[in-house]
Amino acid sequence: MTRLGVFICHCGKNISRTVNIEALRKKVSTLTDVVLAKDYLYMCSKPGQTMIADDIREHRLDGALVAACSPRLHGKTFAQTAQRAGLNPYLLDMANIREHCSWVHIDGAEGTEKAFSIIKGSLGRLHYAEPLEPFQSPVTKRVLVIGGGVAGIQAALDIANSGHEVYLVEKSPSLGGHMAQLGETFPTLDCSSCILTPRMVEVSQNEYVHLFSYAEATRVEGNIGQFQVTVRFKPRYIDETLCTGCGDCVPTCPVVVPNEFDQGLGARKAVYLPFPQAVPAVYTIDWDACLNTDKLIICENCYKSCEARAINFLMEPREITFEVGAIILSTGYELMPVAHIGEYGGDGYEDVIDGLQFERMLSASGPTGGVVRRPSDGRIPQNVVFVQCAGSRDPEHGVPYCSKVCCMYTAKQALLYKHAVPDGQAYVFYIDIRAAGKGHEEFVQKVMSEERILYLRGKVSKIFKSGDKLVVWGADTLSGRQVEIEADLVVLAMAVIPSSGSQKLARTLHIASDLGGFFSEAHPKLGPLESNTDGIFLAGAAQFAKDITDTVSQATGAAGKALSLLANDFIKLEPTVSKVEEGLCRGCGLCASICPFGAVTMSPSEKTGAMVAGINPVLCKGCGLCAAGCLSGAINLRGSSFKQIFAQLEEMV
Amino acid sequence: MPEGLRVGYFPGCTLKTDARDFESSALAVAGALGIEVAELSRWNCCGTVYSLDAVNLMPRLASVHNLIRAEEEGFSEIMTLCSMCYNTLKRTNNLFTSINSAVVADAPWRTAINDFLCLDPGYSGRVKIYHFLEFLREKIKPEQVKDLVVRPLDGLAVAPYYGCLLLRPKEIAIDDPEKPEILTPFLSALGAKVIDFPLNNECCGAYQTAMHPEAVARRACRIISSAQSEGADMIAVSCPLCHYNLSALQNATNSRQSGPKAMPIIYFTEIMARAMGLNYQTDAANMTPTSVPPGRCRASAWEAAK
Repeated sequence: MTRLGVFICHCGKNISRTVNIEALRKKVSTLTDVVLAKDYLYMCSKPGQTMIADDIREHRLDGALVAACSPRLHGKTFAQTAQRAGLNPYLLDMANIREHCSWVHIDGAEGTEKAFSIIKGSLGRLHYAEPLEPFQSPVTKRVLVIGGGVAGIQAALDIANSGHEVYLVEKSPSLGGHMAQLGETFPTLDCSSCILTPRMVEVSQNEYVHLFSYAEATRVEGNIGQFQVTVRFKPRYIDETLCTGCGDCVPTCPVVVPNEFDQGLGARKAVYLPFPQAVPAVYTIDWDACLNTDKLIICENCYKSCEARAINFLMEPREITFEVGAIILSTGYELMPVAHIGEYGGDGYEDVIDGLQFERMLSASGPTGGVVRRPSDGRIPQNVVFVQCAGSRDPEHGVPYCSKVCCMYTAKQALLYKHAVPDGQAYVFYIDIRAAGKGHEEFVQKVMSEERILYLRGKVSKIFKSGDKLVVWGADTLSGRQVEIEADLVVLAMAVIPSSGSQKLARTLHIASDLGGFFSEAHPKLGPLESNTDGIFLAGAAQFAKDITDTVSQATGAAGKALSLLANDFIKLEPTVSKVEEGLCRGCGLCASICPFGAVTMSPSEKTGAMVAGINPVLCKGCGLCAAGCLSGAINLRGSSFKQIFAQLEEMV
Repeated sequence: MPEGLRVGYFPGCTLKTDARDFESSALAVAGALGIEVAELSRWNCCGTVYSLDAVNLMPRLASVHNLIRAEEEGFSEIMTLCSMCYNTLKRTNNLFTSINSAVVADAPWRTAINDFLCLDPGYSGRVKIYHFLEFLREKIKPEQVKDLVVRPLDGLAVAPYYGCLLLRPKEIAIDDPEKPEILTPFLSALGAKVIDFPLNNECCGAYQTAMHPEAVARRACRIISSAQSEGADMIAVSCPLCHYNLSALQNATNSRQSGPKAMPIIYFTEIMARAMGLNYQTDAANMTPTSVPPGRCRASAWEAAK
């Protein structure tokens, strides 16, 4: 390169306060091959960019250096400027004289000298830069949605309604997730299943939706635009295509087990439909509960009673493989088990239940038909204590974060309890009320003032049994008193935690999760819908605790992200990836073991037949680990080759 | 009988005064189980009350002196009977070690304390602190206890009471702070019916007994009532202060009320010693557990005792 231009930014006073720009510019202009050195108040502004573009054209620059902020902030801005001026964007480099220099120096002379050194180094690096072209990868125009709760249903419908195929995989026998279990929803008190079940039916009938229930995604390979997915169907032991949903099999089944849909408060048979509105409306045999084993058929009552001949005890798991362009994760949440909190009795007291159990009790289709009853003796409780933040905001006993939905659902549950038992007394222990949604604060205020529900600000320290009552010890920090309540029923708003299979799924998908186990978003502010793997998006409580409104919003957002990906036939990928020089590779495989993204594979060379490393540019993130690890120097990272790095170092020291 | 179980013993003040029966019964039990208990040749106050204060240097010094002596006398493990001594020594010891009990050479506390005491080489942090209960769990199997029982308790309902000092703070807890059950296998081995009652880890009132005896009386009453309503014949304790608060105040009340004795409060080692048919010195004449009828304890009685 012989015609280099240097553009030094003042960044207002961010740089010029410390760095003597004029002295720097003069010094830089004397460097070899620098035909032009200019400074400007805000280089990223439109006039600044225009100046760069004009100078590139006018002075026929074959390389340009912008000395300003971090390339993370404006690398793209100036690359586009270069491209507009007809210069390959990879021939424009940035020297960071703000974060790396002016912000960390007080002394002007020292700062100016360092800025010069940084620029000199960057020019050395730029000298060996090569023009690069982004490459393309085809996009398979189908989407996989994992998790069939309200988030998955919403995302699948949005994608299907745009005319794209979508695979919706749900691990349990029916769609619906936790929302199907809820009684009424805050703050409008509309019936949860009344708004959800039509969506469930809609998604199951949509011609673009492949609905796989009682199935799990067991293997995911490939990358953005072309993921190869393997889904494993757990055997239902009932043929989905033959089952008419008549339910004749159920009365004949001799096995009774707790019903998970009713959170263990009710019972079901070993052959069951999770709930009356289940989609698909086909029965499933719970093989763990069924008397039959893989080797021995002990009971065939259901088989005999099934006129459709749908029951097949010999059914095997089966797998299918298909390709999608994008994946949406909507695996939802669970509540932390009550057993985690020893001081609330652990799992020892029947009448200490969690929020979802109380939802089932309030549900008209629940185990008590919507009547609030104590699990222990079926009596209608006259004193009910609700405990918020049970396990939440409590790093000692639970999780440090706020579970976000408990303030609202506890207020709703207390209100519904008062409507069901008007002469009963409800107490709510809270740390503070977080009701930051549309109509939420108004709802809580209404519950507090109009429903005569006693809100006590303080934590419950201990719950124990005394006779047939539960004694609740707590503090009322507003009056500064200790409180002791004899309760018939205690409802714990347990912490929201990620659903149990999510860690395994994170490993299957090679995506990161946070300390709480929720899937990590790409950026907390600017990338809340994306995972840190391109092409995998997040929806609902799989990312963090969310109410229905927020879940649906994020699901639609994730669907939008997936669709904007699907709108392209090809995706453009950064060319700054690793490249193997086959002749130098000795086939040791160290690079393949180092690469965290699985982008390096070892295979026989086409020319020599010897094992050599190969880089999948679609998977490569350009981190350079393989290049740094290679003992024979066979791997170079494009845009940061060894030549460039050594030149940069040489100029700087 | 296991061979060569030897452990250093730090008694602390109470074991030589108010809790002599705790010490003598514990030593008898240890002897029967083949544990050689070697009392430190010289020891001083553990540091006691001050250990509950915010962490600062002074309250730790008494403990460190004891730990240095233990080290000088060649003990890698020492045992306490008093829960307070255990708590104080263990928490001080923790300042010298990491969470994994590895000695941290450059732990700031180690340097600060050793520098302050002008001691060379100072305390290394290598002595392991046990409470006797913890020592039993780690080194003795309940079956070994069972083999030595000559007078089985025949279903006597014993409620273990743990109090706070063995369970809190979490770093030094010898058992789950919310669901302690370290005594259960040993009491079961004696033939007792173990009563789990919800207040078994509630504070007995501790040193409030000096300033606000009525507050302690209220607490003691609740604890005793709770054990009683679960059907306990007696309460087994492991801390002299708990013993004092639950029984001494009870005695005072009863003398005023001349009512039935509410509930025998007995060191777990005494129960073990009796079931094993061991002789030990006791100051309390009325400690025959089975002869005491379970009485009633009412809050009003305690209120009157203020």
